[in-house]
Amino acid sequence: MNVNQSAPPLPPFGQSQPVYPGYHQSSYGGQPGSTAPPTPYGAYNGPVPGYQQTPPPGVSRAQPSSEAPPASTAQAPCGQAAYGQFGQGDVQNGPSSTVQMQRFPGSQPFGSVPLAPVVSQPTVLQPYGPPPTSAQVTAQLAGMQISGAVAPALPPVGLGYGPPTSLASASGSFPNSGLYGSYPQGQAPPLSQAQGHLGAQPPQRSAPPQASSFTSPASGGPRMPSMTGPLLSGQGFGGPSLSQPNHVSSPPPQALPPGTQMTGPPGPPPPMHSSQQPGYQLQQNGSFGPARGPQPNYGSPYPGAPTFGSQPGPPQPLPPKRLDPDAIPSPIQVIEDDRNNRGSEPFVTGVRGQVPPLVTTNFLVKDQGNASPRYIRCTSYNIPCTSDMAKQAQVPLAAVIKPLARLPPEEASPYVVDHGESGPLRCNRCKAYMCPFMQFVEGGRRFQCCFCSCINDVPPQYFQHLDHTGKRVDAYDRPELSLGSYEFLATVDYCKNNKFPSPPAFIFMIDVSYNAIRSGLVRLLCEELKSLLDFLPREGGAEESAIRVGFVTYNKVLHFYNVKSSLAQPQMMVVSDVADMFVPLLDGFLVNVNESRAVITSLLDQIPEMFADTRETETVFAPVIQAGMEALKAAECAGKLFLFHTSLPIAEAPGKLKNRDDRKLINTDKEKTLFQPQTGAYQTLAKECVAQGCCVDLFLFPNQYVDVATLSVVPQLTGGSVYKYACFQVENDQERFLSDLRRDVQKVVGFDAVMRVRTSTGIRAVDFFGAFYMSNTTDVELAGLDGDKTVTVEFKHDDRLNEESGALLQCALLYTSCAGQRRLRIHNLALNCCTQLADLYRNCETDTLINYMAKFAYRGVLNSPVKTVRDTLITQCAQILACYRKNCASPSSAGQLILPECMKLLPVYLNCVLKSDVLQPGAEVTTDDRAYVRQLVTSMDVAETNVFFYPRLLPLTKSPIESATEPPAVRASEERLSNGDIYLLENGLNLFLWVGASVQQGVVQSLFSVSSFSQITSGLSVLPVLDNPLSKKVRGLIDSLRAQRSRYMKLIVVKQEDKLEMLFKHFLVEDKSLSGGASYVDFLCHMHKEIRQLLS
Amino acid sequence: MATYLEFIQQNEERDGVRFSWNVWPSSRLEATRMVVPLACLLTPLKERPDLPPVQYEPVLCSRTTCKAILNPLCQVDYRAKLWACNFCFQRNQFPPAYTGISEVNQPAELMPQFSTIEYVIQRGAQSPLIFLYVVDTCLEEDDLQALKESLQMSLSLLPPDALVGLITFGRMVQVHELSCEGISKSYVFRGTKDLTAKQIQDMLGLTKPAMPMQQARPGQPHEQPFVSSRFLQPVHKIDMNLTDLLGELQRDPWPVTQGKRPLRSTGVALSIAVGLLEGTFPNTGARIMLFTGGPPTQGPGMVVGDELKVPIRSWHDIEKDNARFMKKATKHYEMLANRTATNGHCIDIYACALDQTGLLEMKCCANLTGGHMVMGDSFNTSLFKQTFQRIFSKDFNGDFRMAFGATLEVKTSRELKVAGAIGPCVSLNVKGPCVSENELGVGGTSQWKICGLDPTSTLGIYFEVVNQHNAPVPQGGRGAIQFVTQYQHSSTQRRIRVTTIARNWADAQSQLRHIEAAFDQEAAAVLMARLGVFRAESEEGPDVLRWLDRQLIRLCQKFGQYNKEDPTSFRLSDSFSLYPQFMFHLRRSPFLQVFNNSPDESSYYRHHFARQDLTQSLIMIQPILYSYSFHGPPE
Repeated sequence: MNVNQSAPPLPPFGQSQPVYPGYHQSSYGGQPGSTAPPTPYGAYNGPVPGYQQTPPPGVSRAQPSSEAPPASTAQAPCGQAAYGQFGQGDVQNGPSSTVQMQRFPGSQPFGSVPLAPVVSQPTVLQPYGPPPTSAQVTAQLAGMQISGAVAPALPPVGLGYGPPTSLASASGSFPNSGLYGSYPQGQAPPLSQAQGHLGAQPPQRSAPPQASSFTSPASGGPRMPSMTGPLLSGQGFGGPSLSQPNHVSSPPPQALPPGTQMTGPPGPPPPMHSSQQPGYQLQQNGSFGPARGPQPNYGSPYPGAPTFGSQPGPPQPLPPKRLDPDAIPSPIQVIEDDRNNRGSEPFVTGVRGQVPPLVTTNFLVKDQGNASPRYIRCTSYNIPCTSDMAKQAQVPLAAVIKPLARLPPEEASPYVVDHGESGPLRCNRCKAYMCPFMQFVEGGRRFQCCFCSCINDVPPQYFQHLDHTGKRVDAYDRPELSLGSYEFLATVDYCKNNKFPSPPAFIFMIDVSYNAIRSGLVRLLCEELKSLLDFLPREGGAEESAIRVGFVTYNKVLHFYNVKSSLAQPQMMVVSDVADMFVPLLDGFLVNVNESRAVITSLLDQIPEMFADTRETETVFAPVIQAGMEALKAAECAGKLFLFHTSLPIAEAPGKLKNRDDRKLINTDKEKTLFQPQTGAYQTLAKECVAQGCCVDLFLFPNQYVDVATLSVVPQLTGGSVYKYACFQVENDQERFLSDLRRDVQKVVGFDAVMRVRTSTGIRAVDFFGAFYMSNTTDVELAGLDGDKTVTVEFKHDDRLNEESGALLQCALLYTSCAGQRRLRIHNLALNCCTQLADLYRNCETDTLINYMAKFAYRGVLNSPVKTVRDTLITQCAQILACYRKNCASPSSAGQLILPECMKLLPVYLNCVLKSDVLQPGAEVTTDDRAYVRQLVTSMDVAETNVFFYPRLLPLTKSPIESATEPPAVRASEERLSNGDIYLLENGLNLFLWVGASVQQGVVQSLFSVSSFSQITSGLSVLPVLDNPLSKKVRGLIDSLRAQRSRYMKLIVVKQEDKLEMLFKHFLVEDKSLSGGASYVDFLCHMHKEIRQLLS
Repeated sequence: MATYLEFIQQNEERDGVRFSWNVWPSSRLEATRMVVPLACLLTPLKERPDLPPVQYEPVLCSRTTCKAILNPLCQVDYRAKLWACNFCFQRNQFPPAYTGISEVNQPAELMPQFSTIEYVIQRGAQSPLIFLYVVDTCLEEDDLQALKESLQMSLSLLPPDALVGLITFGRMVQVHELSCEGISKSYVFRGTKDLTAKQIQDMLGLTKPAMPMQQARPGQPHEQPFVSSRFLQPVHKIDMNLTDLLGELQRDPWPVTQGKRPLRSTGVALSIAVGLLEGTFPNTGARIMLFTGGPPTQGPGMVVGDELKVPIRSWHDIEKDNARFMKKATKHYEMLANRTATNGHCIDIYACALDQTGLLEMKCCANLTGGHMVMGDSFNTSLFKQTFQRIFSKDFNGDFRMAFGATLEVKTSRELKVAGAIGPCVSLNVKGPCVSENELGVGGTSQWKICGLDPTSTLGIYFEVVNQHNAPVPQGGRGAIQFVTQYQHSSTQRRIRVTTIARNWADAQSQLRHIEAAFDQEAAAVLMARLGVFRAESEEGPDVLRWLDRQLIRLCQKFGQYNKEDPTSFRLSDSFSLYPQFMFHLRRSPFLQVFNNSPDESSYYRHHFARQDLTQSLIMIQPILYSYSFHGPPE
């Protein structure tokens, strides 16, 4: 695995960028040139069928890996070089270099394992290594082909892959062996458990290193090898191929752009495996048993494979191996590599089109003219010059913008620039704001707009001379001339009604119907508010918050409270006219907390008492929002409503809803209605709210269906958040709710915001996703915007772009700060443009891509059947990959799955999206849950979608207790769980602590304070506070995980083999899901099939 | 002459009745020729310190169309224990309780001096009096302060078990819940929205409680207080609470920009008050007391817009049909007044402002329900303070001088029919054999509802002689009229006061002198004035004057003595001598002349004129009359 992943990426990256174009061809040529290749190719075709037939896809994987190693060995030097490059360019590959080395040993054991079976292999490998890359390539190819050939023979096996591999191995034992070696490695690294094998490893070690070296060489030139590798792997498993390709490519440093073709590797594995399978399996069975499980499935999808089979017939149908999960691209590995490679140095934004480190990597940003990736992340940092290219690639061009993102304490928040009465300097034509990309000409008297090329005069008070490079001499004194992100103080022209805004207000609107009272919510909330009101957001060094507060309670009527400081007691005003809501009082409703503290405290004391005996179960909803909005309107300020609501609003009033939950609609054309609001009333209401700058945050405490799809319309359109606590009980959910509430109340918010994204000529923002409202096609209106909310913007070409000038984005956000100051926040980002598709693929960010695709799909379910949406996603993904394969990868057998390095995780992540609750609901997922998640994802940033779709699984007992760092994550698959360990799993919303059945008693004792596994309470949500290192560490880890997420994650302790485990398994996204979601391996096969169809 | 004066005076003192004619012309034709209709001024609750109510129920005639009450005019057969109804001549058995009856052992109702008698009904639930304050908060600070003090003071004047409620209004209308501890709670309504009674009750959460209440009606009166306990509370329980609440009452907080009137939702506030009582205490004595300091400026019942530059309507505007809100507003208040009357509640209007307050539109609220109407310049004047205090004055028994939910039924002997009534009443639309087809005032019924009345409330009741000229009443015959007033006494008892009177019939041709001598010119003047004012409400001013003039001329023609072509020879008999003078003053009184009066003032005067007793009315017609009386007998 490691080898595959790490090594392959490296080479491609480093090399690919510079050499790429040439590479391809050359490499290609190289491949053909190699004698062996041709045959392999032929074999290739064969392999596919074999694949299907042969059950053991694993084998196929093994092959790729095995191949890889040889390659690496051969080109060891190259590999190193590649590594170096890695560090720089390739996040994924880069980091791994060192790690890989380490891992290799780990992998070796594996390798050894396989080796054992096919003793010959190792030897073969070495030989391989020695021969030039071309040789390797051929060898691999041969192997591949063989496998393919075998496949036919093996046809029966679903895993066709496996068989082919075996075939391959048969034909050329070498390749197989090589694969093998790699294979083991791959597995070994991820699984710490692999250690067990270590004993065996040592011998192979040499091999692994080779592998690594291999890869590097591959990067050098050896597209060819990579190709071969890929071929084989392709048949078997895209995953492995990825890693391998690099390897492969490395060996044949010739000309091939190895980097690009990460895919290579997968191909190789099969043959080797097949040959080695017997032994391999044996060994693996112990360690990898589970892995194979999935493979069988794999086989089935591939029925089409017959063609493959034809190829190599040889066969070794026997060892039906499955695709080895370890051989396919691992998110964990990629994340780990990026962390290691790019986490240490600050990311300097001065260079155009740089791909930032992954969101999972901790890094510092130095703003030198482009907005920090914390504010803007793009799907690609290199935009095709023409729309034809863009269409061909199908890679969506999108930016995920988080305008008010919170920054780590080490980074300074944007400077505030005050241009006095004249206001910020803007282009006269396109109204873009002054930014570092503006060109000053005529000695500084004019400037040319970088967006529309209009020449503008520089106002006298802004004039400054230029230095010899044409730069203003004061460029570094002015944030707007030197930084990517900064703020302007807005003048009165930027304010509503040409009046400076008054400070915003918070209105707390509390459901006091029977359910809310009974669950203890009201009492809890009122108690909390007393102290929470001291922590309203304030600006800078302000002593007290400028925000005023108001209170409303409601069931089917509304109660307003007059909490004017001069009153001895609060006054309650009941408004029952819910059909025509109005605000009954003006003075005394919105007050300063400090001035009215006594009255507020008295009120909060009395609310739970007043309604303690309520029998009212009906509630209204729309009138509540209406009331809050009217109150803000009356007070002439923007603000935020905090709604605490419990039930479906069935009382007679506008916005009345009925229970329309109908599970029978799932998987029908009408399923989309479940996501659509029941009535248009809420949209209208939301529109009014937006006009008033009234943001709505909704806290739901449902005991049954509340129609989240409809209730969340207003929060969604006003830039608010929705929190849902199903079956809320104070004892269990108190901490989670209070924590969310505190955070939500305290977080810094901008109000009454308008965001506009300007682009340089050639591209245009055409589509927007997120929680906001748009009344025209360009302005994103946000009643409220906090640091957690993102807006995803999609761009399309409307003209040709210029490689030299690149493409510029300027995101301008006009908002009212929580102190009532009107401001403009500007983010600028410059991107590269390319005429070669390869450049596009080399500068993509899969995480962002997934963010976009998920949002796109989640919006799609509103209008199309879910199945259509899923198919669209798969098709698009296949097109992206096919385009790469066709245009960027060196020619190779159609049976080979080749993935671009930057996108090698695309299939796994996409699969996670496809099997998410919204797109493929399980039986236990309620309609409300789906709607809830749907709207959550809509405003998630890249980091959130990343972990949401691919949860983090952390082994707790593997690493030494003393180590302060987070334990390395493992892949989200059941087979990665050892029943002797404890794991934490989190996805940003949920947090599980999984306890294996045979965990040491000591561990149980020190964590749970009970003497045995059986005594642990299943479903426990709090760990006892115990004074021992393990307990402290685990609790500390949980705390730190929670601190990273914008929502509090409630802990659930799950015991192995317990009922709750089903819930937990739902999040093991690499496995087949109960609701029919494909396992990673299966999906990869499927994706491969799709790609092949597109290519043929 | 003297005898008639004494007779009239005696009758007034005993029965509270003054007839225009005390000897009745015996046929329709003759009666018509008398010009002044046969009518009477009835003061149903005239204070009778010498009249202790009897503690039993009246005996009714058994004929279902009659149901007259046993009275001194009935013929009684003591041996057979039978009595004959003097209206329908039905012979009735005395009830068992009257077995001991004999010539020497007569029940009070048979004694001649008890031509007016009051019964106390023991059955039925007794519900406490209800006072619902509806307070305008768009007042000047000192006005509001004065009003608050008056209201707080009034709490001490109320009987402890009386229920009180508070509604305040300005731009919004607030119904205050009085039972809450700690936090003061009120229901708020938009001042611009016309709500139906049902909506109001729903919004106040009264719908559900109302149901059990109706069931509880027959049996358990004690459950009733719970019904609306949130808004109407016994004074003794929430005395302090309400005092504080009133004390904390703030001026309407909504900003009033320069050049605007404050937004005042009087129409909605009244509507809510009516709806509240309607839903909780229908047919129970209740006063809605509206205190307002200006015209309604928004919502239903709005009288003038909030632009100060547009002045409130004047008579000039009304004549030019230029008062754009008047009709709609009037309709709104009439609708409210009728609903209130149906429920037996009354509405008082205390309007204190320098400008008009929309009394013209709102007058029906007080007029139809028997409520008070007070017009002043400021709540901070003794005029208002003392007037308000007098509302709660008590009689010799220590009871309030007010009664509620009365129905007045008039029964006549068959030669007579009831043509109508003019006064603070509404028709109950009860047709019967004694109802005339010709209407004078509010007619077409023999029963009226008077929701609020006090000892001086006086109605003009008009009759028609239906006897045909060719079938004269036998000589010495008497016509009889019975007034039955059922009402809720301020002590919450239900009472029935019965007044039965009889007058002689006389043939106008042969006995004109008698009739002439029995003419009560004061009563006649007031009764004619009431007719005139009643007409003035709906007709053009000049028409009414012309009508009055013609009546006077015809009267003089009939009863005057004169030689043709010789104006100086004109003479009227003593019993008519003052009548022309009254008419003269009436013509130029504010009741008929609107010159120099605002529409509000006219409404105010007319309101009072239509409910005062004879003496007060005469003073109002001819103010100097009173001063005359100091210097000598009136001419």
